[in-house]
Amino acid sequence: MTDEPLVLGIETSCDETGVGIVRGHTLLADTVASSVEEHARFGGVVPEVASRAHLEAMVPTIERAAETAGVALSDVDAIAVTSGPGLAGALLVGVASAKALAIGLGKPIYGVNHLAAHVAVDQLEHGPLPEPCLAMLVSGGHSSLLEVSDVTVGVEPMGSTIDDAAGEAFDKVARLLGLPFPGGPHIDRQARSGNSVAIDFPRGLTSRRDLERHRFDFSFSGLKTAVARWVEAQQRSGATIDVADVAASFQEAVCDVLTRKAIDAASSRGIEDILIGGGVAANSRLRAMAEERAGAAGIRVRVPRPGLCTDNGAMVAALGAELVARGRTPSLLDLPADSSQPITTVVA
Amino acid sequence: MLLAFDTATPLVSVALHDGERVVVEHSSEAPMKHGEHLAPLIARALDDAGMVRQDLTAIAVGVGPGPFTGLRVGVVTARTLGFVLDLPVYGVCSLDAIALEVVETGAAAGSFLVATDARRKEVYLASYDADGRRLEGPVVTKPAEVATDAPVAGAGPTLYPDDFGNAIAPARPSAGWLATGVSGELVELLDPEPLYLRRPDAVAGAPRKPVS
Ligand SMILES: [Zn+2]
Repeated sequence: MTDEPLVLGIETSCDETGVGIVRGHTLLADTVASSVEEHARFGGVVPEVASRAHLEAMVPTIERAAETAGVALSDVDAIAVTSGPGLAGALLVGVASAKALAIGLGKPIYGVNHLAAHVAVDQLEHGPLPEPCLAMLVSGGHSSLLEVSDVTVGVEPMGSTIDDAAGEAFDKVARLLGLPFPGGPHIDRQARSGNSVAIDFPRGLTSRRDLERHRFDFSFSGLKTAVARWVEAQQRSGATIDVADVAASFQEAVCDVLTRKAIDAASSRGIEDILIGGGVAANSRLRAMAEERAGAAGIRVRVPRPGLCTDNGAMVAALGAELVARGRTPSLLDLPADSSQPITTVVA
Repeated sequence: MLLAFDTATPLVSVALHDGERVVVEHSSEAPMKHGEHLAPLIARALDDAGMVRQDLTAIAVGVGPGPFTGLRVGVVTARTLGFVLDLPVYGVCSLDAIALEVVETGAAAGSFLVATDARRKEVYLASYDADGRRLEGPVVTKPAEVATDAPVAGAGPTLYPDDFGNAIAPARPSAGWLATGVSGELVELLDPEPLYLRRPDAVAGAPRKPVS
């Protein structure tokens, strides 16, 4: 098998229907259809709405990706698809479509882990992954610290959120401040003109006692509640709320904990490279703070461009290409969609 | 060679039809596991018939009504195969496939109904004349509201014997009859679009409650 395999990747774990096509580490197409606007009025992703949208978008998105890449689908070496974790009904649309492609093209199928794909995507931008590296994945669905020795074989979880995901906290605080869904970009924008030390919001799981049991875990639920309390207290006293200051102070608290724990996790294992992925990796303050603090600790930071950080098909194709290049065994046609696929299972 | 399948009930059913007859038919009872069973059954059907994917000339899929997750597995499989193999894709109401079997096997003497499980104590229902022409439906309804002594096919009579006392076979749609219907132009051809009949359960976000 070629070490520059042509792979089509499908991602439908949440509300984006993503199809990517890569050749080795080269990105040829990254096509995404999003149903985010259909969910906005519900303040969060509605699974049945997402599943219906995936079904409608699936084939047109495959078609557009093939056109963009300028390749014939019959030339692909393998199909990769997110088999989990994610929304069960949403995953199932992508997995079923990927199987139909595998049958229709007579090519192998790889059902891959969504989180490992978030890690592998960086190869499209910065080349081969440093081995090992410490991956911090932060989005509306995940907040994890992972030790990645070989992304095609094993990913070892070091820590994760014990309540809300980081991106979820952004969405909830945005809602509280009257900002639209999804909240991340709006908080980021507001925070630029705000004072990040105006309000001293709590840093979850950073007390000495918490660090004993949850050294590399996160908690954002208390922070979200603290922001809500603060806003309500201001409202009761009739004071106007400086949205920019609240956004900046909240964002500072999230980024402080994330970067602190990521660097601590890397240092504890002697790992010299941190990779940040997931939608929250697009946050400008997180990127800046990670660069600054990691630099001071002698650790390099890799962050793919924002378009590759959010859920997309290219990340699945990137992981698929790596699996093919390293000669890993494909999945079987009875591959299930597993909404809680463990991170240690890279290929289902 | 027509490839037909149905995933509108717990039965995943796959058949190949050569224009004259059903060449092979495979099925498995797989509640909630349509996604795991459909593709291997298609691959097995092709193998057993000594066919390759290039032998296929059309795809037919049961579009329900039925539980949404299973329907989507069938419809996205049909659409994707049709796209990648450049084949026409036909949708068929899954209740029509049951009705065709009723008529062709002489299970009912006159007009009859088809009722399948819609969960939430409801059924998907359609009525047919003696020749299998759909008169009304499909609709989603409470069994008690449509209780009848007329012959009823589908899983409805098993689930609600008090409301549907006159059960006739079959209980499930078969891909073989679906294929026969498409091949012989005995059923109405639809777009490969799920017959959801229900809107998604979703409520706009409620106003936030204070935390303190
Ligand atoms: Zn993700």
